[in-house]
Amino acid sequence: MSVTYLEAIRAAQEKALADDPRVFIYGQDVGAFGGAFKATKNLAAEFPGRVMDAPLSEDAIVGLAVGAAIEGARPIVEMQFADFSTVGFNQIVNQAATLYYRTDIPCPIVVRLPSGGTLGAGPFHSQSMEAIYSHYPGLVVMTPATVEDAYSMMLEAVSIDDPVIFCEHKLLYYHLKADKLPDVAQPAGKARIARAGRDATVVTYSAMLHESLQAAEDLVEEGWQIEVIDLRTVKPLDTDTILASVARTGRLLVVGEAWPWGGVTAEVISRVATEGFGLLDAAPMRLNAKDTPVPYHPDLWAAHRPTATTVGARLRQLLTQ
Amino acid sequence: MVTAVKEKTAARNDLDPALLVRAYRVMLLARATEDKLASLYRAGMIKGGVFLGKGQEALSTASSIFLKKGDIYGPLIRDQAGRLAFGDTVLDTLRTYLGSAQGPMRGRDGNIHRGRPREGYYAMISHLGALVPVVAGGLYARRLRGETGVVGVTSIGDGGTSTGAFHEGINMAAVEHLPLVVVVANNQYAYSTPNNRQFVCADLLDKAAGYGIAGFKCDGTDPTACLETLRLAVQAAREGHGPQLVVASLLRLVGHGEHDDAGYVDPDLRKANVGRDCLEVGARQLIEADLATDGEIATWTKEAQAEVEAALNKAQREKGPDPTSEDWQAISTERLVDGHYDAEEE
Repeated sequence: MSVTYLEAIRAAQEKALADDPRVFIYGQDVGAFGGAFKATKNLAAEFPGRVMDAPLSEDAIVGLAVGAAIEGARPIVEMQFADFSTVGFNQIVNQAATLYYRTDIPCPIVVRLPSGGTLGAGPFHSQSMEAIYSHYPGLVVMTPATVEDAYSMMLEAVSIDDPVIFCEHKLLYYHLKADKLPDVAQPAGKARIARAGRDATVVTYSAMLHESLQAAEDLVEEGWQIEVIDLRTVKPLDTDTILASVARTGRLLVVGEAWPWGGVTAEVISRVATEGFGLLDAAPMRLNAKDTPVPYHPDLWAAHRPTATTVGARLRQLLTQ
Repeated sequence: MVTAVKEKTAARNDLDPALLVRAYRVMLLARATEDKLASLYRAGMIKGGVFLGKGQEALSTASSIFLKKGDIYGPLIRDQAGRLAFGDTVLDTLRTYLGSAQGPMRGRDGNIHRGRPREGYYAMISHLGALVPVVAGGLYARRLRGETGVVGVTSIGDGGTSTGAFHEGINMAAVEHLPLVVVVANNQYAYSTPNNRQFVCADLLDKAAGYGIAGFKCDGTDPTACLETLRLAVQAAREGHGPQLVVASLLRLVGHGEHDDAGYVDPDLRKANVGRDCLEVGARQLIEADLATDGEIATWTKEAQAEVEAALNKAQREKGPDPTSEDWQAISTERLVDGHYDAEEE
């Protein structure tokens, strides 16, 4: 028996619905159809009246979640693709994210964002939105890279009293597998050393964890031991774990699938430069997608995003600086 | 299920006389509060804008006066009267405008952006239309936990009907058959933009048919008509007939904010029926119905002004928030606060 990343997200939602009557799911096609990716498969039948199809209205979907949260419910809303969350952007960043600070009422909503590029998905079904949501105060932004985290962080997202932007990577949905669901959850907000190393630190998250781990493996033959850190949540950002790693390796590469201007990779480098400048033996480097819309053609897409090959090439530059 | 649009006109003999008096006194109190806010603004004692609802007190009062404890009210910019009718106080109004740390917003937000969401009194954000789906969501959650007979009311202006959030929110509320009443104050201008640059349907009420919900229209300058119309709309929502759209015509008798002289308003509109002052209309209605005398109305006005003065004396003595002891934290979960920037400052 094995469980995929997508099945973990489905199982976590099932458990959340079973454990807490305040939880409900609202989103496009999430009902009898089970969601565009089947992340809510059979849940409508299992929990009648609590997993409902919404009209094609992202603003209203998030707005409904905020109102429900004010009244003590714990809604999970699905944006069919992260890209479409721009239509609900106002409700997320101005309504949900300001509620606690303004009124002292917490806003326990989970906004699921099926994120990131997949083959042939093109400019409007491929985006990585974690940076833009992290920019706004009042949101927790989770970016699980493993089956275990997809499960336990979804449960934690539902249980905490604040709005969570849950960036689940579509490329990991079907292919990433684990033997079973985790018994013990690692808490959100703490990064994880996914691979221990000595010569350089790669800080990354979501699908780029797997490209980075592959690159680290590829460099073993060349005699390099690369440490890879999985951020798990990008807000809050676990600066301590990053600094401790850089203190050991002296070299830093930050890898993200999102666009290069600003964003998570820039934030990590900014923090290390301001707090750990003396720890660095070489200028820190970063690798992101290209600064264009995400292209449709497989050859263009493969060149647009970081891969194990480009991560490896950038690491070789970093190690010989 | 599609409900035919019902155009109801006020049946004036259905209202409890005591309610008419109570509503009028709320209107007076709102006017006295806003007159004071305007003079405080001119004296430079209020930081930020002042946005008043002069001329809209009748509709605003009617919007919330039929709500009960446990209902939801999501007022907008020109709803000082509706806020007071729902249970907000003059003191909390002045506290919020003056930035008292003891007000409901504790200096974190100001003026009309106030509420007590735990008490069903939602705090608007500036983005028009955004509150429609939020009030719908509150009602959705109430229904999910088995509560019946709950009603939610929210307000919008003619300009706000052009937003995507308004459309998405009403359509979703219709799909979910929620007990939501949306009150449109068509005050002829969205800031300076006239109706003919906002929509081309013959009447905003036409939108109700498009959403398959019930619609009501009334003269927003006529307190009795507003009360009778909202009584029917709130009752229909409470009885399970789904969303109700109420459209009232009136004129904002002040600028968009106190910084605005409203020089763009067509002088003919000021002289027309929509330009009537609903407080004058209301006084006449009470006197004609033998529910009040000129003397009583003068006394009530003085009492309202005295209540405002007393609240002002108290609010003015209260301290504002202290930046050094402010809890600079935008989420409630302590362990998930990104503490990096605090560390940077220290």
